[in-house]
Amino acid sequence: MKKITYSLNYRKPKEEYNDDDSLTVCVRYYHKFENGTQKVIKKSTGVKCKLKDWDSDWHKSDNRHPIKSSDPEFLEKNRLIRNKSIDLHSLIKDLKPLQSKSLLKSNIPNGPLDLKWGNHKNNVRLVSPANKRNIDVIVVGTGLAGGSASATLAEQGYNVKAFCFQDSSRRAHSIAAQGGINAAKNYQGDGDSVYRLFYDTIKGGDYRSREANVYRLAEVSSSIIDQCVAQGVPFAREYGGLLDNRSFGGVLVSRTFYAKGQTGQQLLLGAYSAMNRQVARGKIKMFTRHEMMDIVIVDGKARGIITRNLITGEIESHSAHAVVLASGGYGNLFYLSTNAMGSNVSAAWKVHKKGALFANPSFTQIHPTCIPVSGDYQSKLTLMSESLRNDGRIWVPKKIDDAIKIREGKLKPTDLSEDDRDYYLERRYPAFGNLVPRDVASRAAKERCDAGFGVNKTGEAVFLDFSSSIIRYGKEKALIKGLDTDDINLVRSLGEQVIKAKYGNLFQMYEKIVDENPYKTPMMIYPAVHYTMGGLWVDYNLMTTIPGCYAIGEANFSDHGANRLGASALMQGLADGYFVLPNTINDFLADDIKTGPISSDLPEFEDAKKLVEEKIDKIMANKGSKSVDYFHKKLGKIIWNNCGMSRNKKDLKKAIKDIQNLRKNFYKNIKVPGEKSSFNESLAKALRVADFMELGELFALDALNRNESCGGHFREEYQTKEGEALRNDDEFRFVSAWEHNPNIELSKLHKEQLQFENVELKSRSYK
Amino acid sequence: MKLYLKIWRQKNNKSKGSMIDYEIDNISPDMSFLEMMDVLNEKIIEENGDPVAFDHDCREGICGSCSMFINGEPHGPDKLITTCQLHMRKFKDGDTIYIEPFRAKAFPIIKDLVVDRSAFDRIQQSGGFISINTSGNTLDANTIPIEKENADKAFDAATCIGCGACVASCKNSSAMLFVSAKVSQFSLLPQGKVEATDRVLNMVNQMDEEGFGNCTNTGACHVECPKGISLDYIAKLNREYVKANIKK
Amino acid sequence: MKKLFNSSIGRKIAMALSGVFLIVFLTQHFLINITSVFSESIFNMLSHFMGNNPLVQFILQPILIVGVIFHFVMGFVLDWQNRKARPVKYAVYKGSRNSMFVSRNMIISGIVILSFLALHFYDFWVPEMDYKYIQVLPEDPDRYYEELIHKFENPVRVGLYCLSFIFLSLHLIHGLSSSTQSLGTNNKYSSIINKISYAFGIGIPAGFCFIALFHFFMHFNT
Repeated sequence: MKKITYSLNYRKPKEEYNDDDSLTVCVRYYHKFENGTQKVIKKSTGVKCKLKDWDSDWHKSDNRHPIKSSDPEFLEKNRLIRNKSIDLHSLIKDLKPLQSKSLLKSNIPNGPLDLKWGNHKNNVRLVSPANKRNIDVIVVGTGLAGGSASATLAEQGYNVKAFCFQDSSRRAHSIAAQGGINAAKNYQGDGDSVYRLFYDTIKGGDYRSREANVYRLAEVSSSIIDQCVAQGVPFAREYGGLLDNRSFGGVLVSRTFYAKGQTGQQLLLGAYSAMNRQVARGKIKMFTRHEMMDIVIVDGKARGIITRNLITGEIESHSAHAVVLASGGYGNLFYLSTNAMGSNVSAAWKVHKKGALFANPSFTQIHPTCIPVSGDYQSKLTLMSESLRNDGRIWVPKKIDDAIKIREGKLKPTDLSEDDRDYYLERRYPAFGNLVPRDVASRAAKERCDAGFGVNKTGEAVFLDFSSSIIRYGKEKALIKGLDTDDINLVRSLGEQVIKAKYGNLFQMYEKIVDENPYKTPMMIYPAVHYTMGGLWVDYNLMTTIPGCYAIGEANFSDHGANRLGASALMQGLADGYFVLPNTINDFLADDIKTGPISSDLPEFEDAKKLVEEKIDKIMANKGSKSVDYFHKKLGKIIWNNCGMSRNKKDLKKAIKDIQNLRKNFYKNIKVPGEKSSFNESLAKALRVADFMELGELFALDALNRNESCGGHFREEYQTKEGEALRNDDEFRFVSAWEHNPNIELSKLHKEQLQFENVELKSRSYK
Repeated sequence: MKLYLKIWRQKNNKSKGSMIDYEIDNISPDMSFLEMMDVLNEKIIEENGDPVAFDHDCREGICGSCSMFINGEPHGPDKLITTCQLHMRKFKDGDTIYIEPFRAKAFPIIKDLVVDRSAFDRIQQSGGFISINTSGNTLDANTIPIEKENADKAFDAATCIGCGACVASCKNSSAMLFVSAKVSQFSLLPQGKVEATDRVLNMVNQMDEEGFGNCTNTGACHVECPKGISLDYIAKLNREYVKANIKK
Repeated sequence: MKKLFNSSIGRKIAMALSGVFLIVFLTQHFLINITSVFSESIFNMLSHFMGNNPLVQFILQPILIVGVIFHFVMGFVLDWQNRKARPVKYAVYKGSRNSMFVSRNMIISGIVILSFLALHFYDFWVPEMDYKYIQVLPEDPDRYYEELIHKFENPVRVGLYCLSFIFLSLHLIHGLSSSTQSLGTNNKYSSIINKISYAFGIGIPAGFCFIALFHFFMHFNT
């Protein structure tokens, strides 16, 4: 007997319904395919039922009636449902196990790896300049990816509408990137090449990214530098006037271009200036302080968005022939992260809910060297550059008593002798020592702090100590200058000068925040959420599973696999925006040369607008007692504690339940002050947190589903004897792409198998 | 710490605002200034009030969103930082703190402490760019060597985060430091010299149209600039502007 | 070029140029006056030259007057515009934390100097014009010194003069360095320019004070 089930057709998360809401009853049949995947066959019964009359335990009762007797017409309704199920049964009776037709077509071009992109560019369709004038493109987000894409599309002749929630497109969070941008220029002649950048990125991502995408990224990387220099980005230069490079973690060459500690800012200002040029030409229409509320799909294609004007609160419709999402990552799911306060997942999540698949949501990068949390009021974490680990040694006290005394302020770290210190990274990873990759360093710090050796008031910090380097550099200097190497004060001051020259601005930043002099007492650091590798699933053309809806930059899942290398985020954002998307989007828009303008008065727009307004009204009308931040902090705690640096089945399951409960609580107890039709930050935040609440569940589900450890995703059950990550390439060499279900726990998993034809899969070891 | 706050409250662009008193207790000296504002807002929400609106985003001193005028100075009493990097340890228990928006005709108030700084965007749009295509088909990056001194100066000018502290601190609400930094960044580089004449004319013209005041060389802007941008760029702007006018 | 002088930078350059011109005049004025301290005859000779040379009288003097008027009118216009650029004032504004008092209050020192100029014109220029062009009295090359010391007999006037010179000093300390900045001087010279500014701004007015006091006390003694 093939089993048929009854269910209600939820159109939004359960929590948002009231008991008196009526929903349509559906009959479903889950058809299993040979390869283990399944397909749902769903029929509406036409019967409506109030939530309070629905018996979710219907399968336990003998008569299997889903509608309780509290419904006056329950007998008639149950009969209709029963009839429908019989109809469905006769339909599926002869159904044969079919071949699963995947939603996921990666559209990777054929041919050898190094020719794929070139060939693809030659083969995609083009749109003539005369026709481009009649085509509109919406770009959401104005960071490196969105800014560069807007500028380039406008320059090609499309009419671009660019949206950002900040007061100026220049303030997108790409601006905060410090370190640099990679490019396979090989200016240093140290053997770098496109292939090496490609290989390092694939390996750094722990073999969970697409070869073809990563190779393309490496290929266009050097054009990025040319482009940026031409538009006046002031990269660091040597005395000969040529560009300087520095080295970054995880690689053996110097390929990182930088502009002091503000590379992100300078690159973003470059993209911003390119945008300004198009704004002046009238080709970009800029909408600042506008937040995307939903995407609008007309005849199966993405044709516009609904936005909220953050100043007036007005809900507006904007139409276009294609929609590009460049809305960044969702690290703020954790509440505390190095992301900007406004960074959010809402745009991407709304697209996901309308049908785009969300890939690898649980792949998160946790950066080991951030300034620790100092109290409950903390709103934001600050990153200290990875480069500090070149000269700093990481330690905690060996004895737990010492750790307690340090926490209570009874003991100073400098009082502890070398024998009483545990340089745990050097102990565990003698070969790489303090320079192990980010994920490994982060987990090791957490392990020590969980064991009770944390060193600040909250017990969540370890020391990053420069004293050895100060002495070493000081002695070197003294020797060169022919001074007394035994004069400890002299040696110290000479050593401090060397450290200051290398990291002066970082030390100053630390001192401003923590009010301690890091030259004299060791810095305290702790890992913090920093970047999300996961995001909207896109094919080789960067299009999501919704035709006409593209995702670029951190918003897509693309190129970094399970772990991102330093200085690669900037590279990816600009590669997508300047060089990839402007080529691939033509192929889609070539169909639209005769479409003419899309009206924003179509019923699809009106419907979407209405739903947004209803949601806002509901949140505003709620008579709760708790502020948005209260819920956001709770959510962050759940995610951080159960889905953070290390994860296990039990905690992940608990997280899913906890998030579901929190979400219910959220809709019951949220309090949003002020008016909806004015500048209201609480409302904007509430809408963002509502989406985080849903994403959080999928995040945990994804982590639960991936029964292996890879990159930033560490499952405690899957580790070697020494406690290192254990990848399972046979079963999990795929991208998890989730299809939305209003009941998030039931979101459907699609797998994109990853093919490795050009690199050999190896395990990473840092011993 | 206990603090007495006097904060400018203004419902929207059209209404009249005033300074309102607030009291706040249990403030840790390790808090950042904006975290103190968060605590205040939580308290206001609890008491069913409308929280104080203020701009903020990255909270690490680089995005240029935060814009408060604290005790008579933009970004507060500490130097070379933005408001988000200001910490409460700079204040004493029992202090009274005046918090006002950046005030200038060219920066109309949106709500409370939030101001509209799009005038800066419009100045940039009038010429703050190098007109090259973004196709990537440019010269190789290393074909134009740039003297390190000029490259460094261009970088120093480019560090401007567009926060508007220069305008806020200037007794005349002049935007000269901002404009000069933008003009200089490009004119110091060979790539930007080609359009230097038009750029400086257009940007200064736009600056004047926005209703900023005139520079009287008080030097307040560069003292209060969170990135320490030098007054020298203003002198350079003056020079370039005259030259450009003679040329045209 | 028309655009230049309608722009904010153009106006400040005009302000700087007229300021520099007035500084040059002031220097010249001081150099002539100081001769009165040690030589009556040189002073009379120079004054006679300045008062009767047609180039000075009919070209330089009108230019000077135009320059003075321009500088003042422009100063008022700029100040008015600057006030307009911030319609709602700050409740607390700590200018002292980021700039010099003198630089923020040029309009005040300017107004004091303007009032002084009125007095000064009334004292010297009006009688001079009256003497030469209205009454058309016969020229006496030796009258200038006598007129000068006569004016400095009154202690109130001397006091007013000295007070005004203090304001002139405040105006010059900022004015000189500010004008070089407006004219686009590279800031690598700014420390030396600042020193010159201070030296000049204090030195010249102090010199004028000295002349006034010198004659007052000389007269007082006799």
